[in-house]
Amino acid sequence: MSFLLDPLQYDFIVRALLAAAVVGVVCSVLGVYIVLRGMAFLGDAMAHTILPGVVVAFLLGWPLAVGALVMGVLTALGIGALTERTSLKEDTAIGVIFAGFFALGVAMLSLRGNYSIDLAHFLFGNLLGVSTSDLILMAALGFVVLALIFLFYKEFLVLSFDPLLAATLRLPARFLNYLLLMLIAVTIVVALQVVGVALMLAILVTPAATASFLTGRLPSMMAVSAAIGVFSGVAGVYASYYLNIASGPAVVLVATAIFLLVLGLSVVRRRAGVATVPARLEAQ
Amino acid sequence: MTQGKRIAAPHGIAHEPGAPTLEMDDVWAGYNGRLTAGSAAPRHALEALTFRVERGERVAIVGPNGAGKSTLFKIIAGTLRPDRGRVTIFGHGPDGHICIAYVPQRNLVDWNFPVTVEDVVMMGRIGQIGLLRRPGKSDWATVRAALGRVGAAGLAHKHIGELSGGQQQRVFLARALAQEAELLLLDEPLNGLDIPTQDAIMGILDDLRRDGVTVLLATHDLDMAAERFDRIMLLNRRVVAFESPATALRAENLLHAYGGHLHHP
Repeated sequence: MSFLLDPLQYDFIVRALLAAAVVGVVCSVLGVYIVLRGMAFLGDAMAHTILPGVVVAFLLGWPLAVGALVMGVLTALGIGALTERTSLKEDTAIGVIFAGFFALGVAMLSLRGNYSIDLAHFLFGNLLGVSTSDLILMAALGFVVLALIFLFYKEFLVLSFDPLLAATLRLPARFLNYLLLMLIAVTIVVALQVVGVALMLAILVTPAATASFLTGRLPSMMAVSAAIGVFSGVAGVYASYYLNIASGPAVVLVATAIFLLVLGLSVVRRRAGVATVPARLEAQ
Repeated sequence: MTQGKRIAAPHGIAHEPGAPTLEMDDVWAGYNGRLTAGSAAPRHALEALTFRVERGERVAIVGPNGAGKSTLFKIIAGTLRPDRGRVTIFGHGPDGHICIAYVPQRNLVDWNFPVTVEDVVMMGRIGQIGLLRRPGKSDWATVRAALGRVGAAGLAHKHIGELSGGQQQRVFLARALAQEAELLLLDEPLNGLDIPTQDAIMGILDDLRRDGVTVLLATHDLDMAAERFDRIMLLNRRVVAFESPATALRAENLLHAYGGHLHHP
């Protein structure tokens, strides 16, 4: 018991645990749509393109989330517009924006003296440095994301499963697609301090991908994904404390370990002839 | 006004009394402005379509690959705008209607998606339910009734990945029923199904006809088209023929639609 309680005497550990749990829920629930719609590359790109916004906020002494939010929204709109209006293939357009903005962010950061420490925090998170006001902002933004996913549940479901049905039911598909991009941007902001830009993709897709092996229905997939996300976050903080490893990578490593475990189990079960319902890997 | 009753549900735009289900007047669509190697002039995927379909009719749309069948369906469904000409559904443009059901080719559906059969059928209801609302008791009742009507009541809680080809088709027909569709667009629904299953699907369409549902069905099966449809549209970028089966399938029409590519045994 003291194994679990000992770290809690430090306030920054308690804040880190709460932050990791919030991020675990929000990223993992939204991540289900990223996985189902094949938006992983887009999510990774958006995580990188917000860097200049974060750096500007950092250099001006503003809350990081403000810069990230502005940049995230601009990226969401920019990627949407680029793919609608140019003949470039989507992944090429995303790649161009992604690399360019990331370079801009790193370049701006390099103007500062303690460049390498700052950069490491942006790239891999600074979970143990989460302040109370950071935590409140993360929780508030996370709540907004979850509330919107709940409100537009059936519309996002139809848009993901059958865009043509969404069109014939005259759903506002453009609005919903932009909304989803914005939700991804906000979620990235929420998770920035926990896993950082470079590891963002893992926390967005790994729990959801794991959940896709375990359940055959969207609400339960979201619940399982959230549970895996929270567990990964919390276990990652403990692993970071006891093993003295960086917290962001620790969270991601726990999530990856769970993924590999579940993948292994589902392969064994299929070999043994037990029918598994959503054999997602087989289709890919 | 009573609380909890659905008041302002968007049911799509009203139908003009007496207007045909579907009418096209000189419709050109799918313009490809780029000059591709070997082609002398830019072409439209569909050219100069003029025809009408009455309520309750069952039409087979037959033509070679690339004849424009999918483009035609998209124009009718209102998801693609024609470059020129006028499309009306029950007297109005297609894009206000929610009574048009498009059943996609089965190989275009992600059968691993985490939804059950009843989830898929409920998707047909969301136009009636409206934004920000949850399905109510009556919506679930409609879903169950729709599944019952296509003989798939027992499948409600199955994952869609567990269905056979015929069951998949039934589920999508149930979704169209739940949508209260009056115009049904079926894109090669009989491909890959065995004969008894094809007959069962056609039986469901017979049942729908009694409700006045109009069906447009794309198929490669000329025998099926000749036996079970009121009219056949031979399509090859233009309407080659749109007649009763006996007239439409005359040799010169087939030759015109298929060029030399139709091989009779």
